[in-house]
Amino acid sequence: MPTQRARTAGPVIEAHGLTKSFGTVRALDGLDLVVRPGEVAGFLGPNGAGKSTTIRVLLGLLRADGGTAHVLGGDPWHDAVALHRRLAYVPGEVDLWPGLTGAEVLDVLLRLRGPVDTSRRDALVERFDLDPTKKMRTYSKGNRQKVALVAGLAADVELLLLDEPTSGLDPLMEAVFQDCVREAAGRGTAVLLSSHVLAEVEKLCDTVTIVRAGRTVEAGSLAELRRLTRSAVTAVTADDPAHLAHLPGVHALRVDDHPDGARVSLDVEDTDLPGLLAALATLGPRHLTVQPPSLEELFLRHYGDVA
Amino acid sequence: MTTAAPDVHRVRVRDATRPGGLDGTWALLRLAARRDRVRLLVWTASILIMWGYAAVALDSLFPTAADRQLRGQLMSSPAAVILTGSGFGLDDYTLGAMVANEMGFMVLLALALLAIQTAVRSTRAEEETGATEILRASTVGRHAPAVAAYLLVVAVNVVIGVGTWGVLVAVGLAPGGAAALGAAGAATGLFFGAVGIVTAQLTTHARSASGLALAVLGLAWVVRAAGDLRAQGGSPLSWASPLAWALQTRACVDTRWWPLGLLVVGAVVLLVLGARLGGRRDLGAGLVTTRPGRAYARASLAGSVALAVRLQRGSILAWAAGVGLGAVATGTFTDSVSGMVSKLPQLGDLLGDVGALVDAFAALMVMFFVVLVAGFALSSFHRVRTEEQRGRLEVVLSAPVARTRWLGAQLAVTLGASVVLLVLAGLGLWAGAVSVGDGSVSAGAYVVAALGHVPAVALLVAVAVVVHGWWPRGSGLVWGWYGFSAVAAVYGGLLQLPGWLLDVVPFTHSPVLPGPGASWTGALVMAALALGLGALGIVGFRRRDVPAL
Ligand SMILES: Nc1ncnc2c1ncn2[C@@H]1O[C@H](COP(=O)(O)OP(=O)(O)OP(=O)(O)O)[C@@H](O)[C@H]1O
Ligand SMILES: [Mg+2]
Repeated sequence: MPTQRARTAGPVIEAHGLTKSFGTVRALDGLDLVVRPGEVAGFLGPNGAGKSTTIRVLLGLLRADGGTAHVLGGDPWHDAVALHRRLAYVPGEVDLWPGLTGAEVLDVLLRLRGPVDTSRRDALVERFDLDPTKKMRTYSKGNRQKVALVAGLAADVELLLLDEPTSGLDPLMEAVFQDCVREAAGRGTAVLLSSHVLAEVEKLCDTVTIVRAGRTVEAGSLAELRRLTRSAVTAVTADDPAHLAHLPGVHALRVDDHPDGARVSLDVEDTDLPGLLAALATLGPRHLTVQPPSLEELFLRHYGDVA
Repeated sequence: MTTAAPDVHRVRVRDATRPGGLDGTWALLRLAARRDRVRLLVWTASILIMWGYAAVALDSLFPTAADRQLRGQLMSSPAAVILTGSGFGLDDYTLGAMVANEMGFMVLLALALLAIQTAVRSTRAEEETGATEILRASTVGRHAPAVAAYLLVVAVNVVIGVGTWGVLVAVGLAPGGAAALGAAGAATGLFFGAVGIVTAQLTTHARSASGLALAVLGLAWVVRAAGDLRAQGGSPLSWASPLAWALQTRACVDTRWWPLGLLVVGAVVLLVLGARLGGRRDLGAGLVTTRPGRAYARASLAGSVALAVRLQRGSILAWAAGVGLGAVATGTFTDSVSGMVSKLPQLGDLLGDVGALVDAFAALMVMFFVVLVAGFALSSFHRVRTEEQRGRLEVVLSAPVARTRWLGAQLAVTLGASVVLLVLAGLGLWAGAVSVGDGSVSAGAYVVAALGHVPAVALLVAVAVVVHGWWPRGSGLVWGWYGFSAVAAVYGGLLQLPGWLLDVVPFTHSPVLPGPGASWTGALVMAALALGLGALGIVGFRRRDVPAL
């Protein structure tokens, strides 16, 4: 084991320029993704962006048409079985064997990895408040998802690949899930979390990668991403603010009439905020609000961009 | 509670018949027809072509009355009675009598199969996937899915019935007899479609619903065969089987229509039963409610093989029971062979000595069960496709499980269970024969005869493995090959199929056992082919994307 850990001193996941087509559909179109050891990486993008496809490539289930991918230092396609000993996968949507009980499914999946740490499995079953004696067919959606989650989290691995793992979980269970991910990260496990629950990503992730149409459009730490974006500024000024439009980093300027002069609203890049404030000060400002972008706006901008 | 219960009951029954229970039937019917159009077209065309081919082929093979008379004598052999019917019109074996007698029963079986499949696909299968839930949540009535499914059965059978009439009249049969043949087939389809509707109410899985309906069909066959073997023209026992009702129209010989009334009444009774069952149960539920299961898996449930066994356990046990009992029942027909030869000594001159006749009969019965077991093998292997489509394969392969190992486990279970079923079939036939005092073929000889077909079954599965590895979407094609092989293996002799067509049927290359002088060359070649193709399929599976949708 130690030798294997040593091998992965570099990134846990390193993918560059991945391409994958299904017939005429181009699912991946030059996707880049890097996840470092111990990192919780968010993986975001609109429906059909290629997140699940990427994860399947990283699992060696799909063979990429082009680009390079390394997982835990190995080739996901050729070293699939060896790598799978060191990682676990939780899909967001799977119809596990309807005729088996939750416990049987858990044990079958865990035993595929070798001897089972029963105490860890039982602790997770307890924490997720799961009744393992029910047949899979009779579980509610959330409970069915918990079975897949526990099967993934109960394995002792270096990398967790989670593809919308919390679909259907109630808020209480969502909190348990977040605790589990934090604990895993604390043990040094790297996590790739594909999710549409932005609050979850915001709370858990150190970095995020945003993909659109099979291509990475943004990647970095959350703080960096915030810095990259614009703040919304509104002010009421005595003098005409129209010339602010010529300042560097100012976008979408709008001027309306106001009883006290003019009402101006604009977006400004964070780096150019000091210059703008200085210019505003000379215009006799009455009200001034500066609003940092919410994460949601950030994503919506990327998701909706028709670049 | 005791006072409340009748109220609840009344409300539910009224619910079931309240206007609106059938809303959306038309839309569902069109949806089902759209979804199944290719399948239905292929079946319809195959059946009509079979009728036309049979009439033309029989006419050219037996052009004179004397030829036909000789053929008629053969048709009173026990094997022929089991495969075709009690043999109406053998004394004056006209072309019409010949077509009706030699083709009629096979087509009845095909139509029953088609009706069962059509009924279950649009009811329980859709319910199992959850599609029905969405539909029923919109303006679709409680009974609409079943009624739409049955209307599709009706429509298909009417089309095939009319088509049959047209084809047979075109090749020169009397219109009255042709109409009776078409109607008998349609009425049989209606009956077994209704059986499918009822079984679809009983089980939670579509697979078990079809299995149950097929068991009814198998039982009907065994009862008819047993009844027809007792007396030419059928005995009272024959009349216990719905399959006999259609044959008892004596189409093209001395046509009478009233037995078809039994089929129609039977269908109506079954539909009423189905509606009552369906009106009371919850969506998605069957007869048996589920109980809590194990909090830990058995220690033995570890690894791909154990998982595959666990998943197929129920189906393997059901098949074992069906094949075992069916074989015992069929084995009891053996004594009629020697009985017939003593009654009709001229048959002995025609066909060889009694020993050879008994061997040939045994070989045919073995073939029959081999074909069934091959059907099991294909459907068992076909589960790999479901595992992939439902996303389970991804989860299993994301654990440290090599693809070869997983697919190998599926194959081991499929082939292992097939071998067990073949042994059971052999032992069952022997036990049945011994129970009626015919011990001329030993238990070992029956078992070896059945196992001689293992390479053929393996070859069929191996081709399925190749398709699964290289072109998973084409999996259905293997069923087409199997369907043809099944018909040709059992009815090939009767149909007088050309040799090159019989050559694509794997079972025809197996050693003809029991009996002297069997050649194992074909079996060895097929075994080698199966190994090669299996390996090729595994290579394809290792190289391709998972899931391939
Ligand atoms: N097996 C397949 N055959 C054909 N097209 C596919 C296949 N798998 C994925 N696609 C297509 O590839 C694209 C990317 O799909 P993918 O499942 O990776 O999206 P996603 O980002 O996971 O979306 P979501 O957020 O909805 O889960 C989609 O256009 C999808 O339709
Ligand atoms: Mg996805």
